[in-house]
Amino acid sequence: MSADSKLYLEDVSVTFQTADGPFHALAPVTLNIPRGRFVSLIGPSGCGKSTIFNVVAGLQSPTRGRVLIDGIDATGSIGQVGYMLQKDLLLPWRTVLDNVILGMEVRGVPVAEARDHARPYLQRYGLGGFENRHPGALSGGMRQRAALLRTLLFDSDVILLDEPFGALDAQTKAQMQEWLLKIWTDFGKTVVFVTHDVEEAVYLSDDIHVMATRPGRVIAHIPVDLPRPRPRSVVTTPGFVALKQRCLALLGHPADEESEAA
Amino acid sequence: MTLTPPAALARKGFFKAPLALFRRGASAPRPRVVRRLPVERDWPVAAIVAVQVGILVVAIGTWEIAADTGWIDAFFWSRPSAIGETLLTFFESGRAVSDTLFTFRSTILGFALGTTLGAAFGLSFWWSRNYARIVQPYIICFESLPKLALAPLIILVFGIGLASKVALASALTFVVSTLTAYAGVKAVDQDGERLFYSLGATRWQVFTKLVVPSCVPWIISILRVNIGLALTGAVVGEFIASEQGLGRAILYAGQTYEIALVWVAVMVLSVLSITMYVAVSWLESRLRRGVGQ
Ligand SMILES: Nc1ncnc2c1ncn2[C@@H]1O[C@H](COP(=O)(O)OP(=O)(O)OP(=O)(O)O)[C@@H](O)[C@H]1O
Ligand SMILES: [Mg+2]
Repeated sequence: MSADSKLYLEDVSVTFQTADGPFHALAPVTLNIPRGRFVSLIGPSGCGKSTIFNVVAGLQSPTRGRVLIDGIDATGSIGQVGYMLQKDLLLPWRTVLDNVILGMEVRGVPVAEARDHARPYLQRYGLGGFENRHPGALSGGMRQRAALLRTLLFDSDVILLDEPFGALDAQTKAQMQEWLLKIWTDFGKTVVFVTHDVEEAVYLSDDIHVMATRPGRVIAHIPVDLPRPRPRSVVTTPGFVALKQRCLALLGHPADEESEAA
Repeated sequence: MTLTPPAALARKGFFKAPLALFRRGASAPRPRVVRRLPVERDWPVAAIVAVQVGILVVAIGTWEIAADTGWIDAFFWSRPSAIGETLLTFFESGRAVSDTLFTFRSTILGFALGTTLGAAFGLSFWWSRNYARIVQPYIICFESLPKLALAPLIILVFGIGLASKVALASALTFVVSTLTAYAGVKAVDQDGERLFYSLGATRWQVFTKLVVPSCVPWIISILRVNIGLALTGAVVGEFIASEQGLGRAILYAGQTYEIALVWVAVMVLSVLSITMYVAVSWLESRLRRGVGQ
């Protein structure tokens, strides 16, 4: 474990007791996530990505192992990291503004103060004019923005994003990726990002951890050394394509034609 | 053995018979019936009201004539003119207002008490699965129990005044509210709870900020049912033993063969019932808008 480690998973394993006997969702996993980095986890469905997040967020106690945040044991404690679950989970009876301040409110910040704090962020990050609307009136991309801002304004150094853009169309997804990178640069947080989209992982990340299933485990660590800021066109550069191929090969996919042509 | 492709079969004449059938159908097309979309034109409101009033007048007139000619027994059925007179005296004596107020008060109190306590009880099951499992069979027993059959007991315990009517109305509304709120609790999004806990929330925060708000639409949805149940409870309570109220007026009039008064009291009771139903529907829509549903 290096000195600049922000989040460290030490031999974390999770076994669920099911009707058909024990199910090893996570074989011992060790992960080091350095401060301020953008780290992606990719892997097939059911390989335990969400389980890792639940363990880090304190919602699932590991069968074995520890979670260290800033070198301090944080296993099983809640409220330490910002966690955006696979669904946006905006509360339909609250306005967008009141949804975004939920984390602050739970921490005991007076509501009026929390609102004043959040308003400029809504303005700056594309939700201006929507603050008093209810989530039902928002588009998919807007909902994701609101859910992400809620996670960010919770004010923890580490944020876990579980497939935040999985349900968006390609164009909205690209916009949201730019938006996320902007936010990440502004806030300087440590981000752990789960996605099924290899190209998205390579485009956004500093590090990629590839996982495999049965039992869930990490099989490779791929540093992404493409310079930032990355223009969209980076996806056609040989360096990018090579990284993408490596990830796909590790995931057991045959090389896809689009990148062979490049 | 080789398989013959269908095209080759057709060339050999295998499909001739069915094709011929087809051709015959196509050569003699049946004449098409021209139909228009059936459209009913709306009558003007005045015409609708006129017909409605007409039906009422005819019905009342027939009743009056039938009673005059001895076609029906006016002693049992009374007659519109007598009912009209009784209505006037019922209001002039002030009993209409005092009886209506009495029934109204016990209904509203029972409604508020039963709904609030029932909903609170149902919501309390969120706090412990074990507690919910222990209590559940008792609720189901109480649910299947005909509460109105308990009326004599309730009158004995709470006396013949307002309290027993309120108790009966509450008993009827309580269980429905409990079950509905509990159904709401069971439908609370598990991932919503996880979101709250990931933010480091306490159980009390999850309860007040997630569980209660997500159960509110469920509770709102039973208000209209409950107002009807509460009125039933109050009136039945008055039937059993009471000194006031529309239920007691109906019972008393029936026992003394004042059939006209029975009709009058039933009419006033219907007006009360409709008024309360409309008021609660209005309240419901206001509340729904309030919670952004
Ligand atoms: N409470 C539980 N009891 C039993 N098995 C579980 C439980 N929660 C998760 N699992 C199993 O653990 C495995 C890992 O689940 P997890 O949700 O972490 O997968 P994932 O990598 O996030 O998949 P996806 O990409 O589909 O979201 C799955 O096979 C799942 O069925
Ligand atoms: Mg998942």
